[in-house]
Amino acid sequence: MFRYIATRLLSTIPVMGVVALVVFVILRLTPGDPAVMIAGDSATTAQLEEIRRMLGLDEPVHVQFVIWASELLRGDFGTSLISNVPVFTMIFGRIGPTLSLSLSIILVSIIIAVPLGVIAAWKQGTIVDRAVSAFAVLGLSMPSFLAGYILILGFAITLDWLPVQGYRPLSGGFWPYAERLILPTLALSAAYIALISRITRTSVLEVMGEDYVRTARAKGLRERSVLIHHALRNAAVPIITVIGLGITNLLSGVVVTESVFNIPGLGRLVVEAVLARDYPVIQALILLFSFAFILINLIVDVLYTVLDPRIRY
Amino acid sequence: MTKAGTGTQALEATGAPVPVVGEDHGVTRRLFSSVWVAMSGSVLLAVVLSAALAPYLWTGDPLAINPISRLKPVSAEFWLGTDSFGRDVYSRVIYGARTSLLVGAGVSLVALSFGLAIGVVAGYFRSLDSFIMRVMDGIMAIPGILLAIALVTFSGASLATVVVAIAVPEVPRVVRLVRSVILSVRTEPYVEAAISLGTPTATLLLRHMVPNTIAPLIIQGTFVFASAMLAEAAMSFLGVGLPPEIPSWGNIMAEGRAYFQQIPGLILYPGIVLALTVLTVNIIGDALRDTLDPRMARNI
Repeated sequence: MFRYIATRLLSTIPVMGVVALVVFVILRLTPGDPAVMIAGDSATTAQLEEIRRMLGLDEPVHVQFVIWASELLRGDFGTSLISNVPVFTMIFGRIGPTLSLSLSIILVSIIIAVPLGVIAAWKQGTIVDRAVSAFAVLGLSMPSFLAGYILILGFAITLDWLPVQGYRPLSGGFWPYAERLILPTLALSAAYIALISRITRTSVLEVMGEDYVRTARAKGLRERSVLIHHALRNAAVPIITVIGLGITNLLSGVVVTESVFNIPGLGRLVVEAVLARDYPVIQALILLFSFAFILINLIVDVLYTVLDPRIRY
Repeated sequence: MTKAGTGTQALEATGAPVPVVGEDHGVTRRLFSSVWVAMSGSVLLAVVLSAALAPYLWTGDPLAINPISRLKPVSAEFWLGTDSFGRDVYSRVIYGARTSLLVGAGVSLVALSFGLAIGVVAGYFRSLDSFIMRVMDGIMAIPGILLAIALVTFSGASLATVVVAIAVPEVPRVVRLVRSVILSVRTEPYVEAAISLGTPTATLLLRHMVPNTIAPLIIQGTFVFASAMLAEAAMSFLGVGLPPEIPSWGNIMAEGRAYFQQIPGLILYPGIVLALTVLTVNIIGDALRDTLDPRMARNI
């Protein structure tokens, strides 16, 4: 197992290299001079030259890539053009809210969606099943920011149960921290609950017809035990896959949701950096999110072998 | 199917999950019987018609600024109220349908045509396959909306750049789909027969192989269409999408953010219209998938 994980970790290195190259090429190929973007149209030629030199844009492209990549390898993500703070420090300072929000969304989605999907499969064809399916399609079509505003309107403005927006770190007490995470979590969970409950239903339905499920029932096991230990356990691989895919979409969703709820996380940092044309920050954030994607997929792959010992690579 | 082996390797190399996603055509078939599809079709048709006939639907100028009637509630004069510039929200929502549908159609067109071309090359010319797929895996690892935002920022906001920026992250999925179809038809007897008859490569590809990709592409196109409309709205909402002077559903919502507590309708009306349109496109896509290709899983 450890050998497998180590091999897989090593194999992500070239992929990360490809991602870095793709990010670099796409951002450089984009028409538009970053120096003009940063300095504005009224900048003098001398100012533009200065910015180009600061960014290293006066070097040939392949030299630029080598310089940038070797800095990355040494853990140097560059320095913000606006605040002169190292990008690493900026990211580190904003990662807390994003991690809190993502974790609570993943937990809430799994806790709600998996039972929903199992119940829908168990009660196949009934009104419960239809309601779960209808909710799934609705959840997938609802823009997360619209869901966010509807929740704010309902629970924060009309009912006044929860704060409208903002974020408090956990060090300031649990409830002030938690109450500000409830609405953003619900807003973004809708889509994941939809996605996960749908796949749970389908994959549980697929194994419900298997012989071992019939055997388990014939042994006189309780229905709950059959559903959880026999059906769900064997339906787990596709469910984990979709959860993994969902987390990667989540990273994008967080950008929007943090803006709706004014949460000072990485998503807000992306928008701030883009509006300020803070080139190194944008580049570093895109890379960070992509690497997170690759790591999550690695974890999902490792989970496969844990959940289904038949899967060997 | 010997060639398909490289496909799984490519997936494993990225750490991308091996697609074991099951099919769920049963759900949609039961849930969205023809009645639902017909209803969705009519709603979508209504949206398309109002976009096309926008000037004749009792709308005013969606850009006309009227400082006296700022932030007015819903009334007989302003059916959906006004925004902070005194612009009529009803007119803006109707004209916004033009933008959203245009973005959806544009992105689908760009993503499908590039995806088709690249996918055919990757699936047929084996020497290029692993290079192309590595690059596609790289693009897929980048969160779509981040990539799109960065592209728009560095190339300047306009309708064309937004369309291209949203299309770029969609291309790899289309490439994978087309490539998998090409790989599977390559070994079909009729293709092998055509090869042994000395059919020129272009004819072989265009007459014998590409037609197999059309049904899956149409299905994929509806999902690209829906997600492109959502992406445009999200980007414009964040202020990093279409320039503010173009009325789009996302821009109306972006404009309404600061006044949400006073006039929630500025966000709710365009938001609901957007959600409804996306919902109908998704339902139609599901129905198309069930009809055209029941075996196709959604997450290819």
